[in-house]
Amino acid sequence: MILDGAMGTMIQRYKLTEQDFRNEQLKDHPHPLKGNNDLLSITRPDIIKEIHKQYFEAGADIIETNTFGSTTVAQADYHLEHLVYEINFQAAKIAKEVAEEFTRNEPDKPRFVAGSMGPTTKLASMSPDVNNPGFRAITFDQLAAAFKEQAKGLLDGGADVLLLETITDTLNVKAALFAIQELFDETDKQVPIMVSGTITDASGRILSGQTAEAFLISVSHVSLLSIGLNCAMGASALRPYLQVLNEKAPFFVSAYPNAGLPNEFGQYDQTPEEMAREVEEYLKEGLVNIVGGCCGSTPDHIRAIARAAAKYKPRKPEATWHTGEKETADVTYQRI
Amino acid sequence: MSTHKYLQLSGLEAVVITPGSNFVNIGERTNVTGSAKFLKLIKEDKFDEALEVALDQVRGGAQVIDVNMDEGMLDSQAAMVRFLNLMAAEPEIAQLPVMIDSSKWEVIEAGLKCLQGKGIVNSISLKGGEAEFKRQARLVKRYGAASVVMAFDEQGQADTYQRRIDICKRAYDILVNEVKFQPQDIIFDPNIFPVATGIDEHRNYALDFFKAAKWIRENLPHAHVSGGVSNVSFSFRGNQKVREAMHSAFLYHAIQHGMDMGIVNPAMLEVYDEIPKDLLERVEDVLLNRRDDATERLLEFAETVKGSAKKKETDEEWRKGTVEERITHSLVKGIIDYIDQDTEEARQKYGRPLFVIEGPLMAGMNVVGDLFGAGKMFLPQVVKSARVMKKSVAYLTPFLEEEKKQNGNVGQSAARILLATVKGDVHDIGKNIVGVVLACNNYEVIDLGVMVPAEKILEAARKEKVDIIGLSGLITPSLDEMVHVAKEMEHEKMDLPLLIGGATTSRIHTAVKIDPVYSGPVVYVLDASRSVPVASELISAKSRPAFQAKMKEEYRQMRKDHEGRQQLKNYITLNDARNNPVAINWAEVNFTQPTFTGRREFISYPLAELRPYIDWTPFFQTWMLAGRYPGIFKDEVVGVEAKKLFDDANKMLDEIIASNGLQANGVVAFYPAVRTGDDVELSGGAATFHFLRQQNKKAKDLPNFCLADFISPDEGRDYLGLFAVTAGIGLEKLVEKHKANQDDYSEIMAKALADRLAEAFAECLHERVRKELWGYADDESLSNEDLIGEKYKGIRPAPGYPACPDHTEKKLLFELLEAEKIGITLTSSYAMYPGAAVSGFYFANPASRYFGLGKIEKDQVEDYAKRKNMSVEEIEKWLAPNLAYN
Repeated sequence: MILDGAMGTMIQRYKLTEQDFRNEQLKDHPHPLKGNNDLLSITRPDIIKEIHKQYFEAGADIIETNTFGSTTVAQADYHLEHLVYEINFQAAKIAKEVAEEFTRNEPDKPRFVAGSMGPTTKLASMSPDVNNPGFRAITFDQLAAAFKEQAKGLLDGGADVLLLETITDTLNVKAALFAIQELFDETDKQVPIMVSGTITDASGRILSGQTAEAFLISVSHVSLLSIGLNCAMGASALRPYLQVLNEKAPFFVSAYPNAGLPNEFGQYDQTPEEMAREVEEYLKEGLVNIVGGCCGSTPDHIRAIARAAAKYKPRKPEATWHTGEKETADVTYQRI
Repeated sequence: MSTHKYLQLSGLEAVVITPGSNFVNIGERTNVTGSAKFLKLIKEDKFDEALEVALDQVRGGAQVIDVNMDEGMLDSQAAMVRFLNLMAAEPEIAQLPVMIDSSKWEVIEAGLKCLQGKGIVNSISLKGGEAEFKRQARLVKRYGAASVVMAFDEQGQADTYQRRIDICKRAYDILVNEVKFQPQDIIFDPNIFPVATGIDEHRNYALDFFKAAKWIRENLPHAHVSGGVSNVSFSFRGNQKVREAMHSAFLYHAIQHGMDMGIVNPAMLEVYDEIPKDLLERVEDVLLNRRDDATERLLEFAETVKGSAKKKETDEEWRKGTVEERITHSLVKGIIDYIDQDTEEARQKYGRPLFVIEGPLMAGMNVVGDLFGAGKMFLPQVVKSARVMKKSVAYLTPFLEEEKKQNGNVGQSAARILLATVKGDVHDIGKNIVGVVLACNNYEVIDLGVMVPAEKILEAARKEKVDIIGLSGLITPSLDEMVHVAKEMEHEKMDLPLLIGGATTSRIHTAVKIDPVYSGPVVYVLDASRSVPVASELISAKSRPAFQAKMKEEYRQMRKDHEGRQQLKNYITLNDARNNPVAINWAEVNFTQPTFTGRREFISYPLAELRPYIDWTPFFQTWMLAGRYPGIFKDEVVGVEAKKLFDDANKMLDEIIASNGLQANGVVAFYPAVRTGDDVELSGGAATFHFLRQQNKKAKDLPNFCLADFISPDEGRDYLGLFAVTAGIGLEKLVEKHKANQDDYSEIMAKALADRLAEAFAECLHERVRKELWGYADDESLSNEDLIGEKYKGIRPAPGYPACPDHTEKKLLFELLEAEKIGITLTSSYAMYPGAAVSGFYFANPASRYFGLGKIEKDQVEDYAKRKNMSVEEIEKWLAPNLAYN
């Protein structure tokens, strides 16, 4: 299955101004809003839909909602905590509209929407103050509340899957999983959950210090659709850690790396062909079920990756499915 | 495709329990109900020291760390959260999974919210009924943890075989079928109760536990069995020998029956095979309920064991053994009285002096080495053993010389290890201890002493044909000197293994700074006990390549991690840091004028007056005995040795005081002071001290500390105090005598005492400064514990230590104090000589407090270099450990 590529990279191409981030409701908002890309789902839904379309056209099966930073924790930077539910709801709604349009036109290739949930801006298991290592900038309960509100907005707006991504602290994602399960209980509705961590450097650990295997074990209490890695490094650098997940995970495995490493200007210049070649290594080895792109990737990158992926059979999970929860998924597993 | 369902846990690392795994040892010292020491630390709010208890367990081989804060006087929930958060910040501890242990659900739930990894809840049970049990189990699952399930239901704790298996079966079915709990995440605790209590109903307790464990493992698929082992011997409190035997025999049978995890204190465990047969038989009679009179027979036997253990060692029974047995006994017990005569007897029996060394002496020292390695002997004992050995060798030396004269060279020598404290550093207690421990393990130690320059180390290494070089240092500039030695070794194309040790050294420094400049093996050695296994790996031609490759790889990996981590640190600009200083409302400060300005000497300060100020805890650390004074005397493991050591120390102190064996000199000075930026100017600009400011990003309301903040910015109001003290005058003469007697024990003791007296002097003088000489706190009344706990007003930070890590500031300090006049000088690395010395600043402001500078950025280094009129490179060299950049 093919996931889409970067949203931020595509938005940059539109050269937006402060005005694009405001609507009637926000015209007197006292704080600058430019750069708060998640807000565009409300203020410029046309742009976001256009980007979603380009990714579907490039061959993506799943697109991500434009909601990476849409929690009260992250939106506090813009003093927009009160809009969090609406941002998530609208983002899921417009993404779903695009997906349904594509599915209608091509019924044997159904398209899906993954509600993107980023890590927030604060860590639950690390102190921001080196002199006070026991200090925490945020608690489990605060995170759970924030994620629950986000998940509710996404599900009400029509997301088919929830995607917890770019995880830098496993305790944050555990709070999110806790909140999502509570929400499932309350609404009596479940969707599949994807979890994707970020290994920040060659130490092979996520920021909060866990190895790939420890990370996997720490989130395996929930019956996930997939576990994987995204962001941080280029495709080839992720390979050793994907091998660990491939070997140990009882779930599907996903990977959506950056388009290489940023150059000295912070731009990604890996070409679609180069990136696809590196991703193809995963496929050759049968490491992954779901591939896509993160920072720096574009519809052209996704097109190249989709083309490469078509040549291979998807991975079979090695380890036993051992979490015992009932599986309810709109996405049919056989297809992946 | 694997179908096994294994228990998977995680801290920072993954821990998977497979059928092939060994018994999982759950560390139990971080438990306030089980460890008086830990409880005391928590109650006294000493969380940092409490963390060390956790660290000790990690290093002691625990695979899971149990944390329990259930104590009436504690806010258990707050203590649990705080401790878990602190544990998470220590990578070495955080690697392991945590067991959250509490009888209160709120505490467990609060703890679960702190774990990024998959831990274990200890415990849930059917005690409060099925509904509550299910609710808790669902939450445990939702938080992503495994759980201990006690064999406990609405009727109470299961105490028979039938009740145990009934309750466990019921709990299992509910968990697996209704809650959908993963069966491999269930760990049953079928209750270990005390046996041999004299009550008939208790006689089957152990046997029923074994049978229940077996039944659970056979009938409840994938579930595990655990328990708290020390309970079983509860009736024999105070009788270590019987308790240790009971624990190991119990474990032996429990593991055979399927128990695969447990809370065990490794220090209270005898090796099963080494339990005396008669004791083992009686213990097993009780555990397996094999005889009606089993309890009486064990009690009877326990009395005799108790009696013999208490019997004084003065009885001379051991003198009746063979000469080999007597030599071993003298070595293990550190008895010096008979060693000459026994050595002579052995010499006659073996014919040649070398045969005595290679025969009975080496055999005896091997026993010592093994016991030390197994944690059954402690450093002070080993040092005494070494003394006995040296005395014996000294007795044999003339005979060896004689033989050499007649026959030419004799025999091959053992592996040789060169030890040196590097140039600019004078501290050698730790190095001497390493030397003794190595000598006890049959290494020949060539000790070059202190302040040894690189060329001398290299020259001696070649001349003496050593096999390993070991470097030691205590102050931070020594780190650079070690890098220098390593570079020189590389330059000379040496490939000798290089060992790094000493208080200021670290694994990470070794990995990042030393290892990359030397292509031979480089190994950081944490303490004396680690030196032996490391040396033996490096000496053996067989193991060295693999070991060397492993260490190189480990350090390479650490360097990589380190680089990765460095990018993540959060620093602010010097400007921003300066805009967030300690806020003191100077208008409200009452300044006190010191009783004098300029300097005042204190020559030959009465040692008897300093004695009560001694902080003994670091003294025990020097001797590698873990624990705080005076609680250490009650410690199960090291208590007895600690008391002996303490008594010896006081005896020596008595002698030193009576004979004026050491002289304590000090000097104090006060000057009018004013803050200008991060500097403090004295006497209208006659001299300026330069301080550094924290640059890490702070949480709200926390300032970026700088010592200058504690001095008023208004001219003519505030003062700064300076001091330097030593208690090391005469030490060289004192240790000379012990050296001549081959008496390492007394030598190390004298040095350690001089260190303590210097610290005590600093403490005593600071008190006098507060109450009298400066007099800003003349109403103060604090106990010695309060002093050690730093509860006084004002601080006395020392250059080279966390608040002001720049050693070079000592230069001005010493000039102003004219410290040379009282007998203290500075080495090229700004170490004080004699080493038993303390110097620093006095700050009087009540808001002043100790802090650690942490890392600083290039902008501050450049600014500081300008202020100090030194080059940036030079400042970077002195502040290397504090740089936030490469």
